Amino acid sequence: MCGIVGLFAKTPEVEAQLGALLAPMLHEMSDRGPDSAGVAFYRNPVAAGQTKLTLQHDDPHYDWDVLRTTLQDVHGAEPTVEHRANHAVIVAHAEAAVVEAWVEEFFPDVKIMSAGEAIEIYKETGRPERFIETFDVKSLNGTHALGHTRMATESKVTTAGSHPFSTGLDLCLVHNGSLSNHNGLRRMLRREGIRFQTENDTEVAAGYMMWRQREGDSMQAMMDHAFEDLDGFYTFLIGTRDGFAVVRDPIACKPAVIAETDEWVAMASEYRSIATLPGAETAKTWEPAPATIYAWEKEAVR
Amino acid sequence: MTTATEIEVVDLAVTTRRELNQRLHDARDGGPRSWRIVNPNGAHALAVGIDAELDVVIDGHTGYYAAGMNKHANVTINGNAGVGVGENIMSGRIHITGNASQACAATGRGGLVVVDGDASARCGISMKGVEIVVKGDIGHMSAFMAQSGTLVVCGDAGDALGDSIYETHIYVRGSVAGLGADCIEKDLKDFHREELGRLLEAAGADAKVDDFRRYGSARQLYTFNIDNAGAY
Repeated sequence: MCGIVGLFAKTPEVEAQLGALLAPMLHEMSDRGPDSAGVAFYRNPVAAGQTKLTLQHDDPHYDWDVLRTTLQDVHGAEPTVEHRANHAVIVAHAEAAVVEAWVEEFFPDVKIMSAGEAIEIYKETGRPERFIETFDVKSLNGTHALGHTRMATESKVTTAGSHPFSTGLDLCLVHNGSLSNHNGLRRMLRREGIRFQTENDTEVAAGYMMWRQREGDSMQAMMDHAFEDLDGFYTFLIGTRDGFAVVRDPIACKPAVIAETDEWVAMASEYRSIATLPGAETAKTWEPAPATIYAWEKEAVR
Repeated sequence: MTTATEIEVVDLAVTTRRELNQRLHDARDGGPRSWRIVNPNGAHALAVGIDAELDVVIDGHTGYYAAGMNKHANVTINGNAGVGVGENIMSGRIHITGNASQACAATGRGGLVVVDGDASARCGISMKGVEIVVKGDIGHMSAFMAQSGTLVVCGDAGDALGDSIYETHIYVRGSVAGLGADCIEKDLKDFHREELGRLLEAAGADAKVDDFRRYGSARQLYTFNIDNAGAY
């Protein structure tokens, strides 16, 4: 069991209080996933030529200044750093691939949580309510956000095994369910050059999506392949630069509810998360059909 | 003291679910007959295990297993219901004014469940005598291993309807995406017209009996067929 939540803002007011609205939704899913929690927020997009990285270090007192000043020496312009518990958001004046390779080479004990223009991923083991507190989730604004509470069933309870999983630039995945063929898929994807940090099944689904996107698949084409290749149960919430998509497996084993008003679109494993939102009682509420993609993008509502 | 004609209001913003259910159970021995439950906010297991002739109205959306195991009570959910609403209903009536999630009235043994909107996957799974009327559509794998009772669908049915069905009458007005193993279309006889008409009326469904088609068991899976041995 795990809990999934997602919130997509349709108004500047909701954007401004996105974290304050998402936090109670995530908290409500604590029973479904008490061992880890995580969020992906899409916010404060960087300028062209810049890359935003979310980095993590196991030491909460890690000195990010060393990394910042070294990065400045390499790329000239001064990078900005914003701390949030043991995570840091760094905006570098270079392409993502260059900065990511640089971090991996010179700061191997620093983990890259996400990379892109707008995405920020924060995740940690422990009770969701503590995560919300530690990472001050309520203070985050943004255009849309995804959240996850984890009850691990097939791999270790670690930060790396928590959701969301990055699946490429400004892309991420959260998952409720389990995949039964992830070992075989992981071997296949390693041959395709996809790297994995854990024995986690969702990381394989994330790697699979990374691979399909690299092969040029659209969201629909990627999921059509996934319906064939992923064996198991899943409700996926997929974050993109401009929105998110909800997909359930072809027999819809895992729960999902979607609700929409003029102010927001919300997705959750259970309605009680959505009930925390203003206007939930009168929102258009429905259950997504199996093997069907429900997607919202920023451009579509503007 | 509350008299029989007054409505007992329970606000779940201040009363725990456990206390609510206990009070509803205690109503078997007397006390208020009419209940109104407010602020459900999608909580699970509301009004479960009632065993008395009560009128219970839940104002808002419910979580999993609302009104499960209901006996004698008339429960109305003014909103959507989560997974397993009316699970194992024994008797009485459950009315959902919105949509119902998966496994609506699963394993129900008696009584009537009415869904004004749609019911999603596995509606009436393993039903054992309950009568279900869905005014909208139902999802895939509905009436899976259905053993007895009646399922009426005024809209469309999803894939694998009535898979491995035993003895349940299924009536669908709209399209059926696909029939499950051993489920076939059958004639609508006078007995069935009467049954369907009665249920449509009981549910307040605006539909004509002649617009429905009936589905039921081909009775080919009742006993092991030696010709199928190769499949195992």
